[in-house]
Amino acid sequence: MTEPQALPFFSRLSMAVGSFFALLGDGHLAARVQTLRNGAPLASEVPPPAPVQTPSPTRVRATANVDAALQLLALLQRESRFVDFLQEDITAYSDADVGGAARLLHGGARKVLKETFDLEAVRTEAEGSRLTLPAGFDAAAVRVTGNVVGQPPFTGTLEHKGWRATAVRLPALTEGHDTRVIAPAEVQL
Amino acid sequence: MSGPRYAIGIDLGTTHSALSWVDLQSEGTAPQILSIAQQSGPGTVQDLALLPSFLYLPHASEFATGDLALPWNAAPDRIAGEWARSHGALTPIRLVSSAKSWLSYAAVDRRAGILPTDAPPEVERISPLATSTHFLQHLRDAWNHGHPGTPFDEQAVTVTIPASFDPAARELTAEAAKAAGYQSITLLEEPQAALYSWIAGSAGDWRKQVQVGDVILVVDVGGGTSDFSLIAVTEDAGNLQLNRVAVGEHILLGGDNMDLALAHGVGRGLAAEGKQLDPWQMRALTYACRTAKEQLLSDADLKSVPLVVPSRGSKLIGGSIRTELNRELVTTLLLEGFFPAVDSRARPISRPRAGLTQIGLPYAQDAAVTRHLAALLGRQLGATAPLAGFAQSEGASFLHPTAVLFNGGVFKSELLAERVLSTLNAWLAAEGAPAARLLQGADMDHAVARGAAYYGQVRQGHGIRIRGGTAQAYYVGIESSMPAVPGLEPPVQALCVAPFGMEEGSEAPLPPQQLGLVVGESVRFRFFGSSVRREDQPGTLLDFWSPEELQELAQIEATLPADGHATGEVVPVQLRARVTDIGTLELLAEATGGASWKVEFDVRDV
Repeated sequence: MTEPQALPFFSRLSMAVGSFFALLGDGHLAARVQTLRNGAPLASEVPPPAPVQTPSPTRVRATANVDAALQLLALLQRESRFVDFLQEDITAYSDADVGGAARLLHGGARKVLKETFDLEAVRTEAEGSRLTLPAGFDAAAVRVTGNVVGQPPFTGTLEHKGWRATAVRLPALTEGHDTRVIAPAEVQL
Repeated sequence: MSGPRYAIGIDLGTTHSALSWVDLQSEGTAPQILSIAQQSGPGTVQDLALLPSFLYLPHASEFATGDLALPWNAAPDRIAGEWARSHGALTPIRLVSSAKSWLSYAAVDRRAGILPTDAPPEVERISPLATSTHFLQHLRDAWNHGHPGTPFDEQAVTVTIPASFDPAARELTAEAAKAAGYQSITLLEEPQAALYSWIAGSAGDWRKQVQVGDVILVVDVGGGTSDFSLIAVTEDAGNLQLNRVAVGEHILLGGDNMDLALAHGVGRGLAAEGKQLDPWQMRALTYACRTAKEQLLSDADLKSVPLVVPSRGSKLIGGSIRTELNRELVTTLLLEGFFPAVDSRARPISRPRAGLTQIGLPYAQDAAVTRHLAALLGRQLGATAPLAGFAQSEGASFLHPTAVLFNGGVFKSELLAERVLSTLNAWLAAEGAPAARLLQGADMDHAVARGAAYYGQVRQGHGIRIRGGTAQAYYVGIESSMPAVPGLEPPVQALCVAPFGMEEGSEAPLPPQQLGLVVGESVRFRFFGSSVRREDQPGTLLDFWSPEELQELAQIEATLPADGHATGEVVPVQLRARVTDIGTLELLAEATGGASWKVEFDVRDV
């Protein structure tokens, strides 16, 4: 990894003034600067293998997508009684009873899955077949396990073909709709 | 702008509506299906390929503010589509369904707020006409939302109707389109649209699949209606021609009846075990039966499909009722109930109605589609006689189709299509005729909309056009003049005013007979239609006819305004029939000197 180039004096001066206020206003930034001053390397200086966990943007994305998560849960509940199923204590019921409910869940959830996502297998080979991963293979899409030594190409057995969503179609939401209500209470008049 | 950019086809169905479109500037492209934005739940808008033809009239405090919003309307006061159907099943007093069947039901005032029929007084009711208008408006808005650059009103629009719609129902459909803001439309019969879709889908190959002398039977069983048409293939100067020679009667019978029959069949079994289903569970059972039926009908090896009726509460497993739909029930109820392998001489059984009936739709009394089909083919024995090259074999007792095209969601089941085809082929074999072949490649859900869009292309001059014109000859009833005999009604004669097969934009010659209209008064005429009398010309007077030949339709009414005449004066008029460019029939009362007045088909009951 390359070391960042040194900056000229005036750039350093203006940055120092800017940082003064930035550090006063942002506790997180201050904490990170402290780590840096204690000698920790910058992310760009850390040698690979690096990007297993993606940095802070993940957290921001997760909060922004709460609506989508609740929406998907509401869809699953509406079509397959997903939440009801998982919230119920099934220990007392026979396998036949649970099986009946699972059938209901399967039918409805499958419909939601089909309508919401276009899915494809990550690898098209049959599971159980041997395959070779070339150097520079997409590590996010293929996970290698077991005897992971040496340099690619790696040869191994396909245990799971993987799934990838090629399209997502969540219904549109109206402004102000409260997605936290996953299923409204029903009152028969 | 030089002309429309797109041809839009609208299938305004009894249970589902769809919109298809095709680009007129790139010839040969296949019609596309519009994903119609609609509410699928509170605050949720989804794009679906079909718009269920259900309208829900919500209570003011039923839903949170903004939860009804559509992309083009922040606060609609009614819900149309998927959510209306699913939610309305729980509150049926606010749900309008089968509006199309009501629109064609002459016994009610179709402009009056009558739906839902069982709504309590505080619910504001809506007319069948306004309901159809709402669906058409929704489709127009959905198009405009998705195609801001090419407004709906500038496109060529075709709306489909059942072939069996009478003049009044056709006129009301055109009126609904106008009220929805449609600028200019054309009406097209659904079975014809299905055939157009088949032609479009064959990419020119259809000329190899049919030949001169073929009689194509289109069997269209949708969610709420069954509709048949017969189309003959002829030749003109070396080119194949398609002629729609006959259409069936209006039969309120469809796939929804079948699902309901199955659910009730299963429900009876559960009731015998002491398990009573509430309406909510009944709906869930109907849904479950529909899916299970499709599985059983597509896989002949399957013996039964498990059904689970969930409890309504949050305890899913504890309260569920488990049962199954077995093949035996599907066979007895569907195959034997709706598609029995009857004889070609079988006719629909009609029971006399009980003395007092609640106001409701005139559902078919005989559920057997095959018997209705036998009746049509028997009645239309002579349908191809006027065409050259159609030698009907000696001793045939019904018209022999040579090819069959299926349409409608019901025939997604190959077993049901197969049953109709084999029944028909048994009839043909009994008379020594060759078996009818199946025309492959129909898209059951969207064929009508696609065909309608394709028809828009055809009207611009690309592709073959099915000839047909009006499928009935029309008559007005006039009292014959004879000395009064106490206790005897004067016999009625039927005067032909519109011949069979009038093309769009054509006018029938005036019948010589003159009728007297009283100025300032409305005069009602009895009105008849015949789907078999093909030779009658305007002026033909019938003294006697069999119920098979002429069917009485709803009365028609002519009113002469008093301008230019003294009230009470009798003005002699002649009745002139005209078929508009839209495809509706018009009757005009013409006085000598050129003045004319429109005769109304849709007469309000006083």
